Amino acid sequence: MAAVEEPQDYLDVLQSHRGGFSFENCKRNAYLASQVAIKPPTAMKSGTTICGIQLKDVVILAADTRSTCGPMVADKNCEKLHFIAKNVYCAGAGTAADLQHTTEMMESQMELLRMATGTQPRVCTVVRRLSSMLFKYQGYVGCALVLGGVDVTGPHLFQIYPHGSTDKLPFTSMGSGSLAAMAILEAEYNENLSVEEGKKLVAKAIRAGIFNDLGSGSNVDVCVITKDVGGTILRNFEKPNERKFRAKHAAFPIGTTPIMKQEITKLVSVEEDVVMRD
Amino acid sequence: MMDFMAQRPVGQEFVRHVEDGCPYRADDVMKPEQAVSTGTTLVVAEFDGGVVMCADTRTSTGQYCANRASRKISKVHDRIFVCRSGSAADTQALTSFVLHYLGQHAVELGKQPTVNTAANLFKIMAYNNKDHLLAGLIVAGYDDKKGGQIYSIPLGGTRVRVPYAADGSGSGYIKGFMDANYRPGMSKAECLEFVQKATALAISRDGSSGGMVRSLVITKDKVEEAVIEGNKLPVDL
Repeated sequence: MAAVEEPQDYLDVLQSHRGGFSFENCKRNAYLASQVAIKPPTAMKSGTTICGIQLKDVVILAADTRSTCGPMVADKNCEKLHFIAKNVYCAGAGTAADLQHTTEMMESQMELLRMATGTQPRVCTVVRRLSSMLFKYQGYVGCALVLGGVDVTGPHLFQIYPHGSTDKLPFTSMGSGSLAAMAILEAEYNENLSVEEGKKLVAKAIRAGIFNDLGSGSNVDVCVITKDVGGTILRNFEKPNERKFRAKHAAFPIGTTPIMKQEITKLVSVEEDVVMRD
Repeated sequence: MMDFMAQRPVGQEFVRHVEDGCPYRADDVMKPEQAVSTGTTLVVAEFDGGVVMCADTRTSTGQYCANRASRKISKVHDRIFVCRSGSAADTQALTSFVLHYLGQHAVELGKQPTVNTAANLFKIMAYNNKDHLLAGLIVAGYDDKKGGQIYSIPLGGTRVRVPYAADGSGSGYIKGFMDANYRPGMSKAECLEFVQKATALAISRDGSSGGMVRSLVITKDKVEEAVIEGNKLPVDL
């Protein structure tokens, strides 16, 4: 059995009262995993292609829709674009559970902030809160994010790594298909693009990921964030992998299976005797 | 406030033994994601009346370049800046802490804080949390007390004042160049050229450094930023 952690001296007592995180088991587990032949279970990770571009007064995000569990496709049409506020959305790559929790937590924080201050949340607020949280968890919360939004100061696009480092960029891509997507963005990005051209560009970048990266696949989701309308998710903006030959299967005509016997059993009997008392 | 573990007396740390056949749950075996690290070249030098800071713009994750136009020179106050190398997350977090503390300190002080104070704050944080951090820093700036100053804070969290410094993975390639070519009392233009050339030389030899050369000249009166694009570097490749 593992040694039970008993306070060894006053320092330990003090330490236990301080609260906070202890990463000591992580080191132990990594050591054990390296010594014994244990295969740690793998969390559902979305081998992903996500990207984003910033234009004159609009930010466009895009993502593929494949979610994988090891070599298997867990979901063929999942949603990787997350709502954070009306004017801030984010695309996520990494551990699916962590992404969902982190973005939902941020969504609630931003709504509370909006109600408390009576102002629209700013993109830099979201970035700072996310990076502080991710830094605190030292990379154990596996969220790689492309975060975009338009606020009072204009359009902003950020990338955030699981360890909590942030970069502000005019165009970015993340996830396993980021190399393929970046190749397209590097070749064709231009800040003077129109919204329509921008949508086409991000979709093309994601398509590059879908076709060339094994971890990415299925459809393209796009999110356009403008100053006036806020964010709009264009779900399945492109469907480059639709089934061409679906098995045509007419329904069986009624009566194909003959009825041999019919029996109806009454399971409940209702009695209507009502006794009145005064 | 500071890390408690770091204040623990030497030898007090005890190792928790795990015997064979420990029924640990296999599913708490976890591994963090790969860290974003700035394989970097940073060069900073003092001249007559100020300091020049210089850095490349490549941020890498393993073999992949995460950002090709990053800013590794961050502002901590009006005339105090820091060059960051090592883990991007660690140095960014450290910088935002110091930015916060120094900002408060300046308000209390009612005047410009000294570079010494800023460097000391960085040192305290870097030293107290040295077991958890991967951060090589060069703090530089100008104040009225001592003029232009450079403080180097390498990995262990020591703090040294130097007339010129180079840090990051690319620094090894240019230490000799800097020792041979640095002169005290250079003019601003000379110093800028020297520092930019050193960075460009490192970029040309170090795979994890690259992109552009960003420079910052800090004097009593102003802070000037300049960029040399990657195809216009002052070296014959």
